[in-house]
Amino acid sequence: MKELICITCPRGCHLKVDDNMNVTGNFCPRGAKYAVNELTHPVRTLTSTIKTNSELNPRCPVKSKEPLPKELIFKAMDEINKVVVKLPINIGDIVIKNVCGSGVDIVATKKIDK
Amino acid sequence: MIEKDLVIIGGGSAGMASALEAHNQGIKSILILEKNPYLGGILNQCIHNGFGLHEFNEELTGPEFMTRFSDLIEKNKIEYRLLSNVLSISEDKVVTYSNSYEGLVEIKAKAIILATGCYERSPGAIQIPGTRPSGVYTAGQAQLYLNCYGYLVGKRVFILGSGDIGLIMARRMTLEGAKVLGVAELMPYSAGLNRNIVQCLKDFDIPLYLSHTVKEVKGKEQLSKVVIAKVDEKFNFIPGTEIEFDADTLLLSVGLIPNCDLISKLDISFSKTRGANVTQDMETDVPGIFSAGNVLHVHDLVDYVVSEAKEAGRGAAKYLNGKLTHKGHVYSLKPGYGIGYVVPQRIFIEDAGEQIILKFRVTRPFKDINIFIKENDNLIKKIFKPAIIPSEMEIVKLDKSLFKSLDNTIDVYVEEKK
Repeated sequence: MKELICITCPRGCHLKVDDNMNVTGNFCPRGAKYAVNELTHPVRTLTSTIKTNSELNPRCPVKSKEPLPKELIFKAMDEINKVVVKLPINIGDIVIKNVCGSGVDIVATKKIDK
Repeated sequence: MIEKDLVIIGGGSAGMASALEAHNQGIKSILILEKNPYLGGILNQCIHNGFGLHEFNEELTGPEFMTRFSDLIEKNKIEYRLLSNVLSISEDKVVTYSNSYEGLVEIKAKAIILATGCYERSPGAIQIPGTRPSGVYTAGQAQLYLNCYGYLVGKRVFILGSGDIGLIMARRMTLEGAKVLGVAELMPYSAGLNRNIVQCLKDFDIPLYLSHTVKEVKGKEQLSKVVIAKVDEKFNFIPGTEIEFDADTLLLSVGLIPNCDLISKLDISFSKTRGANVTQDMETDVPGIFSAGNVLHVHDLVDYVVSEAKEAGRGAAKYLNGKLTHKGHVYSLKPGYGIGYVVPQRIFIEDAGEQIILKFRVTRPFKDINIFIKENDNLIKKIFKPAIIPSEMEIVKLDKSLFKSLDNTIDVYVEEKK
């Protein structure tokens, strides 16, 4: 039996997982999915900022479009810190495609005109 | 003098959500006043995700969440002024503001919603013993510098207070290459959400020192050392428990305070939250002046701020349409054993809609308790909670028919199982 705190949403359910990967204590199905992932292959959504070519708005916030394998988080940060984006930029614009070969794109999370 | 039906002070999530709701209720003469050069307030620097699960049923980052609202403000052509600092509000609802493109402006409002958010408790306010070197910041300041301007304020960081912004910054600064040495929390439990303890501290092996606080900061020009020590139940330092850290930065995440300055001189009473006392429609003691969001009480989630702001928007629309009579039976809400505060503080039952929403926090963590909401002998609601902590606000929606107008007081209290 393993005990976890669900991080899928701020509710923070207290989850219990038995040896057959049966999850209890979850308020919604996302909790069960999280618990199984966490014990087999943990993933996290990465959020950071990326340099822009603007003086007014020198950073643009970004996120991984899907959660990344936990072991790739710092490698993905290195990639993000190498890039400078040109404005204007819109929410969802891809700034790095297939980061670290994960199949996941890094996308902008803010619309910045200049 | 220019006249407006509704003036909203603050263009963050509470201000925008209340404006949109009032607009949906048919109020068209609205003006939002925002001091920053952009709408969205604090969400501009909250680049992490976890927003929107209640409001939009999907997980968004702060900037994405606020853009949903600012796009609707533009689309509905709701008027707003940026870089506009509100100087005063008078009892007869004259709002005075200034900016560089209009100068000093006075507006006569029929209704006002105060949505000015909260501010962080500052280093000076908590009287940290030791010298006064540079390198001591509030967590929100460090967040602004890093997320909006790209400056990392330090390389070896200690964090005092386990509030959510502090935890979020522990992760954020670690990702950007800083070493976060630890987080100290005065209380025996964390002030932040459980999920943030897991994904911001445990993920990066950052230790959390409960029942610890900073005993001394050292350093002449720049911070060089932070000394923490354990405290007993009365918060006195326990000798011999000191731990010293080589740190160049101390971040404070030691509480948020509603920013009520603008209404502090009006004839308005305040609650323990340091926000105004309000009715079920988020109306303060001055008819037509409403308050919602973190200026009323500090929320855990922006989703809750938005839903409260919508209540204020609906309330303001009701007021403008002459539907807030302040007649009939009035309840005062009384927080009893184990309950820190209850919002609203008063309910005008005749004015209330079909559903009455109560929000409250417990004073400390409890396990296996019942929470009672009662007027005299009439049990309005009993809620069982297997586990409850102060950092997670409870929201209870009650059908109006449950209220019998038997007493002037509604008690909300915790009963522990024997």
